[in-house]
Order: sequence, then C-alpha cells, then structure tokens
Amino acid sequence: MIAWMNWTLPVAIFFAVIAAILVVMTVYEVVSPCTERKGFLPIATTRGDRLFIGLLTSAYINLMFLGLTELSLWIALAVSVVWVAILLRWG
Amino acid sequence: MNKVPNNKAWWLVLPVFILVAFSALIPLMTVVNYSVQDIFGPGQAYFVGTEWFEEVLGNERLQASLGRQFLFSAAVLFIQIPLGIGIALMMPTTGKRASLCLILLAIPLLIPWNVVGTIWQIFGRGDIGLFGWGLNQLGVDYNYTANTGDAWATVLLMDVWHWTPLVALLCYSGLRAIPEAFYQAAEIDRASRWAIFRYIQLPRLKSVLVIAVLLRFMDSFMIYTEPFVLTGGGPGSSTTFLSQTLTTMAIGQFDIGRAAAFSLIYFLIVLLVSWLFFTAITHLDKQK
Repeated sequence: MIAWMNWTLPVAIFFAVIAAILVVMTVYEVVSPCTERKGFLPIATTRGDRLFIGLLTSAYINLMFLGLTELSLWIALAVSVVWVAILLRWG
Repeated sequence: MNKVPNNKAWWLVLPVFILVAFSALIPLMTVVNYSVQDIFGPGQAYFVGTEWFEEVLGNERLQASLGRQFLFSAAVLFIQIPLGIGIALMMPTTGKRASLCLILLAIPLLIPWNVVGTIWQIFGRGDIGLFGWGLNQLGVDYNYTANTGDAWATVLLMDVWHWTPLVALLCYSGLRAIPEAFYQAAEIDRASRWAIFRYIQLPRLKSVLVIAVLLRFMDSFMIYTEPFVLTGGGPGSSTTFLSQTLTTMAIGQFDIGRAAAFSLIYFLIVLLVSWLFFTAITHLDKQK
C-alpha cells in the first residue's frame, strides 16, 4: 500500500526524530507549561515558537552547507543541533 | 462555581488531523523520499543521497527563475496592496451603488485562471486584441510575444486586474467594521483626511491587511496557469516562474527526484517568507 511512497531508511529516521521531538515537547509542555518570554531573538517567543524557528533555520543551515561548501553534512547537523539547543535555552 | 477540567474536546480535532495527514503530511513525506532517490519507474528507484539538492542549488536556470519569482511577487504586492486600499477607500458605503461596486469588483475573482490567461492573450494581441491593437495604433511598439518588458507588463497587468479586487474587498470589509464614533471624534478634532487615514483607518485595517498580504504573496509565489496560458513563459524564459520550471522538470522531463528536491527548497522559501510576514505583522501589534 505504501510502496509508492518509496520509503528510504534515512528519511524514515528523519521523520521519526521529528515525531519524537514533537512528542517530547508535548510531554514537557504538559509537565511544565511554558510562558512567552524574550531572549536574544528580537521577538517574545514560546518554547514551540523557538523550536519552529530552530528547525526552519536548521534546514537553511544544511542547505547552505550543501550549496556553498564542500563540508560534510554531519558537520551541518552538529551545528544545527547546537544552534537549536542555544535557541531553546536562551532564544 | 467549580470548574472541572475536561480536555475531551480535543478529540473533535481528530478529523482535521486525519484530513491534514492525508492531504499534506503523507504527500510531504513522499516528496522527501523522492528527493533522495533517482526514480525510473515503479520499483526502480536508486538512493542518491543529497545529489539532487546539490544540483538544484547550483542550477543557474533555477536560480534565474527564483529571482524572477521574487521580483514578480514583490511587484504584485507593491502595486496591489496600495491600489486595493485606495479602491476600498473610494467605494460608496451604502445604497445600490455600493452593491453595484461590490458585484463589479467580484467579477474578475470569479473567472477561472486559464480563462483569465486566454482573455489577456487575445486582448493583448496586435491584430485582433483591443489592448494590443490600440497601443499599436497610438504608436507604441507593443508586442508581448517578442519583447520581455511588454510580456512582464502584460503578466503584471493581468494579475493586478485579476487579484486587486480581493485586496479591495478585504479592505472594504475592514473599513466597514470601524465604528462611526471614531470618525465623529476625528471630526471634532478637525482631523485632516490624511490624519483620519493614518491614525484611524490604517491601524484598524491591519488585521485584514495581514491576510491580504499573505494571500497575495502565496498566490503570486505559486502562480502558474495565467502566465503559462498568456506567454508560455516566454519570450525565451523571461516570464517562466518557479512553478512552471518545476512542472517542466517533474512532468515534462519526468525528473521526479530532482523536482522533489526543488519543491522542498521551494516549500522552505514559502514557509520562511510567510512566517516572516506573519510574525512581523502580528508583533507590530503587540509592541504598542
């Protein structure tokens, strides 16, 4: 039934990680609800806002690594993870 | 009174969630899968990693088409938003004339995209079209199939004709929602026409303008049918916008892997720009 989706392992891992992040964030939100606050970003954000900004900018970081440099995408991934962590904590 | 927390209402969201899963989530996942493979046919797919993305990012034809797309969307917003506000301000507020204006404004919105393209294709022709013939008679060397500038002007004019009414109607409804007391207060203060617009009407129009800007940006950024019918993307590739390049790649050349990588990048651009617009406009509100 899902043969036409042509699943590959890396893409499956990618979506599984995204789903896991969403589940963890939901549980975290239920355990300790967050309030909107202002960090180093120019706007006040909630935890979910910061996650969205983090994921979107990570996509661009990876594209930039791919388009502008010859470096491995694993480095881009590491940079993204650090960036999302910084954003969630101090953003 | 004791409030009992009850979150069962969340189950009512389930149908929407399932619908979105089928219409957006599953296709998106499929596109991501396609974008890392070279697909020759059912059951004949080879994993190629990020090759398509690299190729798409370095492709000059796509970059040019992306540049044209941004230029077009910027021009659309720059012309249609002020024009729509202007038309809404000039429209009569009550009586039969108001209804007549509303009907006249709504007509272009009811015409299907490909018909709009056909109308303008004939309208702009130098031999049988009133617009093209008229311009030629006035001594203007107008030919949208041969001159890049003319093609651009015609595509823009067509989009302005087709979609400015949407902006005007949204603004009109926004203006009607302003209570009369605001105008009376302004009159007592002897506010000028400009001051009324700047300090009463424009701030109150903000929420409808958010929607107007977002709708016009997204619509113009994915424009396909009208320029396709009108100019076919020509002359050369001067009016070939992103979606047409994408369609040629995916369906014309059956290059599904590359087209999938391209559409993901396209999607990320739309997501970023829409989010920026939305955040900028909603946060302007909070700062006051």
